Amino acid sequence: MKKSFRLDGLCCGNCASKIEREVGKLDGVTSTTVNFMTTKMVIEGEDEKIPDIIAAAEKIIKKIEPDVVMKKA
Amino acid sequence: MKKRLRRILLGGILFALSVIFHIENEWLRLAAFLISYIIVGGDVVYKAIRNIFRGNVFDENFLMSIASIGAFFVGEFPEGVAVMLFYQVGELFQDYAVNQSRKSISNLMDIRPDYANVKRGEEIVTLDPDDVKIGDIIVIKAGERIPLDGIVLEGNSMIDTIALTGESVPREVYPGSNILSGCININGLVTAEVTKEYSESTVSKILDLVENASSKKSKSEQFITKFARFYTPIVVIIAAILAIVPPLVIEGATFSDWIYRALSFLVVSCPCALVISIPLSFFGGIGGASKKGILVKGSNYLEALASTEIVVFDKTGTLTKGVFNVQEIHEVGISKEELLEFAVYAESYSSHPISSSLKRFYQEEINNERISGVEEVAGHGVIATVDGKVVMAGNGKLMEKMNIPYNNEEIAGTVVHVAVDNIYGGYILIADEIKEDAAEAIHGLKAADIKQTVMLTGDSRNVGEKVARELGLDRAYTELLPGDKVDKLEEIMKEKSINGKLCFVGDGINDAPVLARADIGIAMGGLGSDAAIEAADIVIMTDEPSKIAAAIKISKKTKIIANQNIIFAIGVKALILALSAMGYASMWAAVFADVGVAVIAILNAFRALNIKNI
Repeated sequence: MKKSFRLDGLCCGNCASKIEREVGKLDGVTSTTVNFMTTKMVIEGEDEKIPDIIAAAEKIIKKIEPDVVMKKA
Repeated sequence: MKKRLRRILLGGILFALSVIFHIENEWLRLAAFLISYIIVGGDVVYKAIRNIFRGNVFDENFLMSIASIGAFFVGEFPEGVAVMLFYQVGELFQDYAVNQSRKSISNLMDIRPDYANVKRGEEIVTLDPDDVKIGDIIVIKAGERIPLDGIVLEGNSMIDTIALTGESVPREVYPGSNILSGCININGLVTAEVTKEYSESTVSKILDLVENASSKKSKSEQFITKFARFYTPIVVIIAAILAIVPPLVIEGATFSDWIYRALSFLVVSCPCALVISIPLSFFGGIGGASKKGILVKGSNYLEALASTEIVVFDKTGTLTKGVFNVQEIHEVGISKEELLEFAVYAESYSSHPISSSLKRFYQEEINNERISGVEEVAGHGVIATVDGKVVMAGNGKLMEKMNIPYNNEEIAGTVVHVAVDNIYGGYILIADEIKEDAAEAIHGLKAADIKQTVMLTGDSRNVGEKVARELGLDRAYTELLPGDKVDKLEEIMKEKSINGKLCFVGDGINDAPVLARADIGIAMGGLGSDAAIEAADIVIMTDEPSKIAAAIKISKKTKIIANQNIIFAIGVKALILALSAMGYASMWAAVFADVGVAVIAILNAFRALNIKNI
């Protein structure tokens, strides 16, 4: 399943790639991209694990960039 | 942003005053600088502390706080404030530049329709395009964006497709024509039936494609991401060593001097300039290309395109229009008009494409009463009685069979020989037309340093070689079966150098295997053709082959910009690191190497968006 989100307030390119890397390591994720320019994050992962993945991704984002708000796109 | 600017100004003024009016009392002096420091950089220190508690230690805020607070500790108060001030100004510029480029990119992709006017009975309701279903009737007023793909039921209008194709000449639509979402209805009122749901419509496909293009990363992006991962820790470790080892080992070296140098290292250790500017360059290039009606499906393709050495074309539908038209009428003994008329009448009952080409050229209404006794000779042509005369129209074989001497020189194209009452009357040449900009396309490729241009076609040798000659292609392989094309392409691929790339250009309809096999597959005429969009790496929305040269130029420009940024950012950082290790560079220079370089690199990346001169 593919889910996309908007990361409002994303303002550091390095953090974007850190988020991409960390979320990509989560269990059940097959691919992640964080596009710094469009501030879009797309997560592709196993269907049944998606809710866990989203919750974990939110935590990662809070840790790396506390000012970013993750919204459903 | 304004609040930040005001804070920076206030802190800056206080800082300037503290520097100008030299305060004798050391404690008062410290207090003055400390206050301006807190005004300018309090938020950075706060963020640094907060992020440490969240387990995120080595971020920019932390590095800057350590560097500037460290400066205070070694007694360089003005330096501490100045570093923070400069950093904040740089960040402000950087955010501004990023916002600006985000804005121009979203402007570029501003083809998303906001609403659809849907007819429900007699009423018209405004709906989100997402909620409209196939078969719904939509109404598009003048000036409105077409929300979904559909077929016109009522109304004539002109449609502006520039956002999708880069083509500024409007297209005419009338009942029965297909309309594509994302285009703008210029004048008339159009009623249409929706044929595709929003998520499947042209506009969402294009947006998806462009927005997700950056997920396929180019080699330079991969290099930079890797580089950034090792760069920061290494620089931080060197800084730590620099702060401790030399004062212990070298005689006369002081801790305060070496700690100052180490702090400069920390300032330079942020990789942001690189991490932002390289993807931004490619994104800019992809955005710029899409404005020209060239969709690039990934940064990797845009990068690869810059090292194209060989461009292989399919002929029909790519270099030629794929429409057969009367090119030449070569009369013998009778007039051109008579020759054409006889041919059209004789062929009028045939369903062969030749017949429709003739009819299209003749334009006048055909009077069936003038024809009698039509006989088709399979594989040869037709024999019919027109106005009481026996007319034979067909290929050379027909003339030979009927023992009629005819002009049998080799002619490229399909030839219809005509004989009237057993006397040869001449021939009509029907051929596929070369696209207007095809020659320009080949010329443009040569100008862009493409080493070889090759054509593959299933057409006859005569026709293929004639087209290749006229366009100035280097080589043409003719009479290929669909399966042969892949083999030929593999053969040609062996001729490129190790890092060189081969591009195949086709129409995406029957050459999907060849498109897939080439390093870069380019499909033409993507507008409204899902097959083409699916099969290719790069899609040219219009039918113009000249856009290929434009795409290569954009890719070369983008690659140059990305390389400039890599060299510039790494170079400046390395230089400042070396200078500050030796004690020649102040912390000011270090801050420049961090944010200053980022701003300059972003501004440079911005150029990739500009495609006016391509």
